[in-house]
Parts: sequence; C-alpha cells; structure tokens
Amino acid sequence: MTTQISTAKPGLKQWLTSDTPQSRWQAKCGRAWLGWIKFSENKLAMIGLSVVVGLILVTIFAPLLAPYDPLAANLANRIQPPSGDHWFGTDQLGRDILSRLIYGAQYTLLIVGLVAITAAPLGLLVGTAAGFFGGWIDAVLMRITDVFLAFPKLILALAFVSALGPGIENAILAIAITAWPPYARIARAETITVRKEDYIEAARLQGTSNFALIIGHITPMCMSSLVVRVTLDMAGMILIAAGLGFLGLGAQPPMPEWGAMVSDGRQFLLEQWWVATVPGLAIFVVSLGFNLLGDGLRDVLDPRGGD
Amino acid sequence: MRKFIAGLVMGTALITTPLAAQADTPKNALVMAFAIDDMITLDPAQMFEFTGLEYAGNTYDRLIGYDNDDVSKIYGVIAESWDVSEDGKTFTFKVRDGIKFASGNDLTAEDAAFSLQRVVLLDGSPAFILGQFGLTPDNVKEKIYATDASTLVMELDKPYAPSFVLYCLTAGIGSVVDKKEVLAHEVDGDLGADWMKTNYAGSGPFALNKWTAGQSLSLTANENYWDGVPEMKRVIIRNVKEAASQQLLLEKGDIDIARNLEADQLASIKGDDDIKIMSKGKGALWYLGLSQKNEYLSNPKVREALKYLVDYKGISETILAGRSQIHQAFLPEGFLGAYNENPYDLNIEKAKSLLAEAGLADGFSVTMDTRNTTSIMAMAQSIQATWAQVGINLEIIPGDGKQTLTKYRARQHDIYIGRWSPDYQDPQTNASTFAWNPDNSDDATAKPLTWRNSWNPGPLTDEVDQAILERDGDKRAEMYVDLQKKVLEDGPFVIMFQETEIASMRKNVNNLVLAPSFDNNSYRFVTKD
Amino acid sequence: MSAVTRKNRDGRTRARLSSGKAGSLLRLVFSLAITFFGLLLVTFLIGRVLPIDPVLAAVGDRAPQAVYDRVREEMGLNLPLWQQFFIYISNILQGDFGRSVLTSNPVLEDIKRVFPATLELATIATIIGVILGIPAGVFAAINKGKWPDHVVRVIGLAGYSMPIFWLGLMGLLVFYMKLDWVAGPGRLDAFYVDFIEPTTGLMLVDTLIEGDMDLFWNAVSHIILPASILAYFSLAYIARMTRSFMLEQLSQEYILTARVKGISEHRIIWRHALGNVMVPLVTVIALSYANLLEGSVLTEIIFAWPGLGLYITNSLLNADMNAVLGGTVVVGAVFISVNMLSDVLYRFLDPRARR
Repeated sequence: MTTQISTAKPGLKQWLTSDTPQSRWQAKCGRAWLGWIKFSENKLAMIGLSVVVGLILVTIFAPLLAPYDPLAANLANRIQPPSGDHWFGTDQLGRDILSRLIYGAQYTLLIVGLVAITAAPLGLLVGTAAGFFGGWIDAVLMRITDVFLAFPKLILALAFVSALGPGIENAILAIAITAWPPYARIARAETITVRKEDYIEAARLQGTSNFALIIGHITPMCMSSLVVRVTLDMAGMILIAAGLGFLGLGAQPPMPEWGAMVSDGRQFLLEQWWVATVPGLAIFVVSLGFNLLGDGLRDVLDPRGGD
Repeated sequence: MRKFIAGLVMGTALITTPLAAQADTPKNALVMAFAIDDMITLDPAQMFEFTGLEYAGNTYDRLIGYDNDDVSKIYGVIAESWDVSEDGKTFTFKVRDGIKFASGNDLTAEDAAFSLQRVVLLDGSPAFILGQFGLTPDNVKEKIYATDASTLVMELDKPYAPSFVLYCLTAGIGSVVDKKEVLAHEVDGDLGADWMKTNYAGSGPFALNKWTAGQSLSLTANENYWDGVPEMKRVIIRNVKEAASQQLLLEKGDIDIARNLEADQLASIKGDDDIKIMSKGKGALWYLGLSQKNEYLSNPKVREALKYLVDYKGISETILAGRSQIHQAFLPEGFLGAYNENPYDLNIEKAKSLLAEAGLADGFSVTMDTRNTTSIMAMAQSIQATWAQVGINLEIIPGDGKQTLTKYRARQHDIYIGRWSPDYQDPQTNASTFAWNPDNSDDATAKPLTWRNSWNPGPLTDEVDQAILERDGDKRAEMYVDLQKKVLEDGPFVIMFQETEIASMRKNVNNLVLAPSFDNNSYRFVTKD
Repeated sequence: MSAVTRKNRDGRTRARLSSGKAGSLLRLVFSLAITFFGLLLVTFLIGRVLPIDPVLAAVGDRAPQAVYDRVREEMGLNLPLWQQFFIYISNILQGDFGRSVLTSNPVLEDIKRVFPATLELATIATIIGVILGIPAGVFAAINKGKWPDHVVRVIGLAGYSMPIFWLGLMGLLVFYMKLDWVAGPGRLDAFYVDFIEPTTGLMLVDTLIEGDMDLFWNAVSHIILPASILAYFSLAYIARMTRSFMLEQLSQEYILTARVKGISEHRIIWRHALGNVMVPLVTVIALSYANLLEGSVLTEIIFAWPGLGLYITNSLLNADMNAVLGGTVVVGAVFISVNMLSDVLYRFLDPRARR
C-alpha cells in the first residue's frame, strides 16, 4: 500500500479512478487506490497502521525522543515510581524506563523486519518448489515442514537460541527457523492452484526455465496471501521474541529489549508494578497494531481468506 | 475491551472468592518455600548440592559436628569420642550406643564403616573428600573398618592435620546409613546406589516422606530420635524458584519460611510486622574469574586495576543488600586462618593509572559469561557501567547456569562471574582451588578454579600441600593467611563478597537453625507459637 | 500463544482432509512415521550441539575430573554421534525413553506425572474458551459490521497480541496479590502438596475421588487463573472462527427458506445455523486444544505449574536430553493424533464429507 497516494489531487484522482486505464501501470495504480480507499474505511486497520508508523517513527527518532541515556545506570536512583523526571519511573539499575522503551522499539522493529525477510523467502522457496515440482520433492519438503510444525514453537526457538548462544541476531535466526513452515504451506497451496494454468504452460512452451517460471510467474501469485500472513504473523514474532527475552535468552544486557524488561520487573511486581507493566503494555500495543493492520490488509488483499 | 477481560476473569474468580481466604499453616507442620530444583539425588554418598546436603543434615546423623557459632569447636555426634595415634595416621572413633535407624535396626560401628566405604566405592562427586587421605576403592575396605560394634578405625596414608580430617567428616559424606536396609535394596552389586537416589535409610531427626523432583520434598518427624524428638511433625518444602513468588506466599501466610528472598523482597517485607528475618554468614564467595588466556587479563597491571573497578559498597548495599558482606580473600570469615582485611575499594583514578602503565589507557574489550539470574545479572551490569568509565567495554553474555558453567569449565571464557562455596569446613577446600594448580595444561586431571582461569600459581601449589600436613593449628593458620595475601595481590580472582544467608519467616516461627554451611541448617528445634 | 493462530491459519487440517480413503491410510501412516523420525533426529541433533554439558547435570560442578570422565563414558557421550542416535532410536522402539538426569526417574514415569497437569489446565481452558467463544462468535456474526462485531473482533485480536507471560503476571498481581480472590502459583497450597496420592494425576479428579472437598476447592482456586488466561487465547480463536462459519451459513439459501416459513429468528440462528457450524467447529476446537497442550510453556513457568512445558524447558536448559526428547515425542504425538482425530470426527459428523 503506497501511502503517498492519499494526498492525491483531483486530477490524479480522476486518473486513478478512470474506468478505462490507458496503461497497465495506471490500472495497477487504480487498483491500489481502490484498495487504499477500502482499507482506509476500516478504522481499526487505520489504528493498526498508525501504531506501526508510530513504531517506525519512534525507532528513527529515538535519540531525539528519549530523555535519558537508556543504558546509564545509577544505583542510587533505582526503582523510582513514575514522576515528572521519569514518566515511567526507573528500573532496578536506576535507568529511565521511558528511554529504555523508546530505544527498545528499535529491537522490536529489527526483530520483526529481519525475521520477515528471512522466513518469508525461505518459506516461499520451499513451498513453491514443493508445489511446482510435486512428486518426491514435494514429499520430502513437506515432511521437513511437518517436522518443524510439530514442534512447540517456543521450545524450538529456545533450543535454537541455546544452541546458537544468546544475542539478538541468534534470536532472530531462531524465530525465523520456527516461522517459515506455514509460509511454505501457503506458498505450496497457491502454487498448486496456479501451476496448471494456461499462461504457465504457455511460458513453459516458450522455453522458460523452471527457475524463471517459479521466480517470474509463480512467486508473484503467492505474494498477496503471503504479505497478509506475514503481517498477521509479525505480532506472533514480537511475542516469541519477547518470550525469549523474558526467559533471558533473547537479548544481551544492557539492551533494552521489552521482554527482558518485563522479566526484570517481575522481581518488583508487588510493590513497584510499573517496572513490569509498562514494557508489557508496549509489547501488547505494538503487536495489536500489527494484528489490526494485518486484519485490514487481509480484507483488502485476500477477501477469500477471511478465515 | 480490557474491561471485558477483567470482567471475565473476575466473574470466574468471584465464584471462588471464599476459597482463597486461607487459614495459616498448622501448628505442628513447617511449610517452606525453597529453590530446590538443583536436588538430583537423596543419597548422602553421592550428593553435592546445597539443598541435598541440607536434606541429609536433617535426616541423617553424621560422625562429627561443629559449633555453628564457633566453627573451631568440634564435637562428636555418632562418634562419641576419638583418638589419634602417635604417628598421626590412625583415627579411632567410639560410636554412640542406643541409636536406632528409622527401620528399627541398631546403629553400630559396622554401619559407620560401611557408610564411609560406600562413599569411596561409589566414587561419586564428593568421594574425593575421603580420597584426599589416600583412600581408594581398592584399599578402602582395609583402611576403614569396625573392630567391634562400637569402634570404628580409619587409617590414613600421611599424618594429616587432625582438624583437616575431622572437618572433612562433618561434611555430608559423614552421614551414617543403615547398612542392612541399603544392602536389602542392592541391585547387581551397586551398594544400593539406585535405590538410595530416591529413598531413605537414616537415623536423623526427620525421615523422608516423599520427594518429587523439581516440585516438593516432605519429611516426617522421627518419633524415636535419640537426641530429642522435633516438635514439627511434618516439614514440607515446596520448590519455588522465584524470589517474588516466595515473598507473596510468605506474606499471604501460605508458607512459614521463605528461603530465597533477594534484596528487593527483603526491603519490601521490612515493614511487615508479621514477618521476621534471620541471617547467617555463609562460606560462599562471589568472584570474577579472569582467564589468563586473554591477552589483556593476563597482564598483572590489568588484574590489579580490575580489583579497583568494582563498586563493592554500592553492590553490597543495593543489589545484594543484607545478603553479603564485602570480603576479598579466598577464605571466608569464620574459617581457620581467614584473612578479613579488604584492601581494594572502588578507585577509578588508581585503575586508570594502572591501565595506563599497562599501555591500555584507552581501555579494551572483553566478555563476561553471566548467569541470567536477577542478582548476578544486576551485579554484572553494575560492573559493566563502572568499567565503561575507564574505557573497558564489557560485553555480557547471558546464559542459563549450566550453559555458562559448561563454557567456564572448558576454559572458553574471558571473565566468569560466579559463586564458589566450600566443600567442607577446612581451609584446604578453598586453598586447593584458589591457590593450587599442579598442571596448567589443557588435559590436566585436576581442574581447580586456578586451572579454569589458566593461572599457574607457581610456588603456591607447594605451599598449599605443606599446609595440610602442619599439625600445629596456629602455624597452619599463618600459612593460610600468607597464601591469601599472595592470591589477593596477584591472583586472577576478583573476590568481592561473602554470602549471608537470609531466611524470612512468619513471626510465630522460632528456633530455625542457620549454619555456616547448608549441611548444618536444621529444622529439628523449630517451634511455632 | 501465537502458535495457536499460526498453526491454525495455515490450513493444515484442510490439507489433511483431502487425504481420505483407506488406500491412502498406509501412506498416511508412513508419512507420520517419517515425520516422527525427523522430529527425533532434529531434537537429538539440537541436544548434541547445545553448548551445555549433559554430564554437568549428572555430577554437578564440584565433581572431580575422574568422576566426570567416568560418567561421561557411562552416558555414552564418547561414542560417535550416529551410534548415539542409533542406540537412542532402538531404545525408544523398545519403549525405553531412558532416565532423566535431573529427577533420577525414568522419563516415561516423569511424563506420566507432568502430563496430566498440562492436560488438566488445557482442558479447563478449552471448556471456558468454548463456553464463551461460541456465543461471542455467533453474536458477532448476527451483528455483522455493527459495534458488537467490532468489539468481538478487537477482543480476538487483542488475544493474539497479548504477551501471555505478562498477562499472567498482571493476573497474579491483581487477583491473587491485591484482591486475594484466587490462590497463587502451584496446583495446591504448599501445605497440601503431598496429601493427594495421584490416581489420575488430574488434581480436580483425584481430590474428588478421595472425597476431600477442601482440597478440591483449593485445587479449583489454583487452576482458575492460569486456565482463564489460557482460555482467553482459545476464546479469541474460537470466537473468530465461529463468526466466519456462521456468516457463511447465514447467507445460505435454507436460512432464507426457514425465514420465509416463519421460523423464529432465535431458532434459526441457534438451532439451524449453529447446528451446521458445529461440525467444522469441532476441528477448530480440537486444534486449539492441541495447541494449548503444547503451547503453555510460559503460563506454566509463571504459575509454577508442574506440567509438560515446564518439564521440557527445564530439561532443555540442563541438557537433560532424554527428558527433552521424551517430552517432544509426546507433544508431537499429541499434536498429530489430535489432528487426525479431528479429521476422523469431521468425516464422521459431516454428511457432505461422508459422501
């Protein structure tokens, strides 16, 4: 969805809504425009979009927004309640929780972004290959997918993080390893429905290689359902990442990862509840944002897939 | 929306409201929350975990005991008295009469001899404590024996300091097991090892009721105990890992004693009139191990600088508040020969000049393997922040306990932040790990902490070997003070704190005994108002 | 809990549904066997590359080197990897999952002890989820596009977005610590711990068998909070699916016919439409149940609930690989068999599928 279109001038609008588009480009833009109209009517989806945009902005402008250094410890000033100086109080090392939240947004976005760009292509590759070639390639690839699906996700991620060692990169890798199988299944299903289509056959007769067929003709067909699915999954990725952080394996201190912050705050839950509550709320709001966005996107891009 | 969830949970909760109002625990039962998930066996001949040893201390009788307030005073428990031969190599113990095991069998010198032999024969983790005296699976049956029902004899290979020998027998391996009962469950000549992992054959003030690994341990009073029947008829220990949960259970009166509260919980229960706390200095030390394989850490100037770069006071007053005292020598206070001066304090300027002398005025980067528990992590982060002030970039590598330990034991760390606890009450236990390293090669057979940190203590190894043969107590103590000073000066250990154990309990609980080591923590005198 | 959403959204059951007929049963069994083998292999390999020394769990840090070396040999860790794997597989085929280092018990015995705890929690959670989720879904469907629909949708999405460990903590904070309405972590109050001899392992059932109502209510007050929190996730999913199934049904012709005939709206919705929806819903509920069985690790940690998730996690962190492998096999088996069961149910209940 291209947001800049929303500031369309009347002339542009006419061009976009034309019943008789002059070019493929215009038709595409027109479709996108209609999609955007439909999407923007969905208030919940707009809320989701603004949360996500907000997250991105916070990430970019973190140094400007954060009132304190998120890593500066001050033992004399630990677990202070919310006040004018520290809006969300301070943690067990006397660090400003608001500043840590703001910087923590970076890691959340990083995790989600990197998992999406590793797991989705991997799933896409496995799924399209399985669906396109069928036969034993399909059987082997799908059994592998099943093996990974049968694992409890968090335990699998936990095992991988333990094996790879702690750290944000390894957490990302571990989550990606647990995230790809559903994409493979979706891509396979889509591939199977399109692989016998005439235009694929036509391309094949023209001597297009299998590889080029998959990349050029099959993959694009899987894109819209995959985008919806990935967006919806982003919330899940955030939660798994936070879960790993909570278990002390996601991020390295003093990194202000939100899950780890909740875990730190657990010690003070009774008396200083805000230490755990605030980062937990942040996780909730952001993943709700992604869910609302994904839900809205689904209505626009993949009306069949309304569950 | 959130209201809806709240309403939903509330709705279900409302139905249960009356149940949650919970009466106090019964008067003749003691309920305790304690992190006991490290307990892997109930066999005193094999166990080496603090929680296991505490269990053994309450359910088995040992040959020898020591005074909890003055460790230098040793007294007999099962051994009524003892003699040491002229040449210092033969110990003869007289076994107390009239003690019965829970099975009803009489306890004799034969049982005592069997118990000690069994430790050596099974060759489990704590077997080396007896192994130090030249006892091996091959010779132990000739060296430890009963001459009659009340006389136990132990022959050693060298004339060791008597205090050294006797202190070793105060450890968990000195627990006397019921020979008949154990052998009745023997399978394939395993000396009952398999059965004893989860069962009980002792004579102590309490007997085992049930152990569910990782969940709970319950004991019942021994109504025939020879030294006074406990008032608590049941002791229930629930495994609760989280300090915050323990606090809650305690405040709610669901338990009588919480054993693992940390600084913040302790601070918050201070105002609670229903709760009191009890503390006891323990032998455990918190330290940083600096691997000498690291090019920076092997520089003596850097080692010295790092000893000036810990906020000893800040950490002990906040992160470890109440649970530690600053202590920098390798023998904990209370041990024979302990050196209780603390020459180092936080001194950034001094550290800077030392680093400059080492040619590292701009600092360097180094990693620290850190267990992901609250207090260790908080300590590590405090150190990280302090070191940043002199340009040392400390990367903390968090991991679960077993994970960091695996790395440490394989000498793959730069710095390890850890806790060391003595194996028995004699100074040799710590001297042999902080100041002794006969072979610093990767395939050494002995792997003390010095080895893990790849440090060759040079002449100190010999000095440690001399000290255990010194039969004059005062001279022996002096030798240890000297050793400690040398390690303080040059060793790869930044020893920071000595642990204080704190038990938090309801006001009506009296007479819990906390001892210098977990082995001797005892519930037998507990009463409830 | 994203596991619930993800696994269910991928159309896994539907893919399975198409593999019907007795002839393909053999193929199904074969592919199940392969999947299991893969599961074991992956778990085994993870266990071996973990930078955690399994011997350490067995002998502790303070064991002398000689003991360490002996135990390492006893555990077969000095054999080549393939040989270790071969030994492991052949033991499993004989029903021997080995011993857990941490608990000194045979793994099967441990699983028999911890699995009922998880089962009990998941069952109660699913019951709550069904009781609240289906009406919510129906309600949303008949008010499509109006505010009740939006409310249900947001509640559902919030369910997918909630960090469960945090919700658990907040639940404890509010209902146990502040309001004192429910009991705290664990399955029973600490004092009651060894009172009950496990017959079924389900605390609610065992206490009733022993006829001890105090203990029963104590168990209820312990399970209600963690079960409600898990139930929220299953509720979100069930409500959402009910809504879309209902919408599909309400647009069918027979509903229109019924309306024309003058059958009351109430009856049309709750009898006719919902009756038809029940069939696919069974699959949904079964899936959500299976996911709760395997996906409650964090809840079990927060509530010190001695179930399978906690057992596997603890074992993993101690490199107690026999326990991890055993637990994983059970989880995998549960997941796969619930899937198959829902397939069978579906075919049995749904007239169209029977044809």
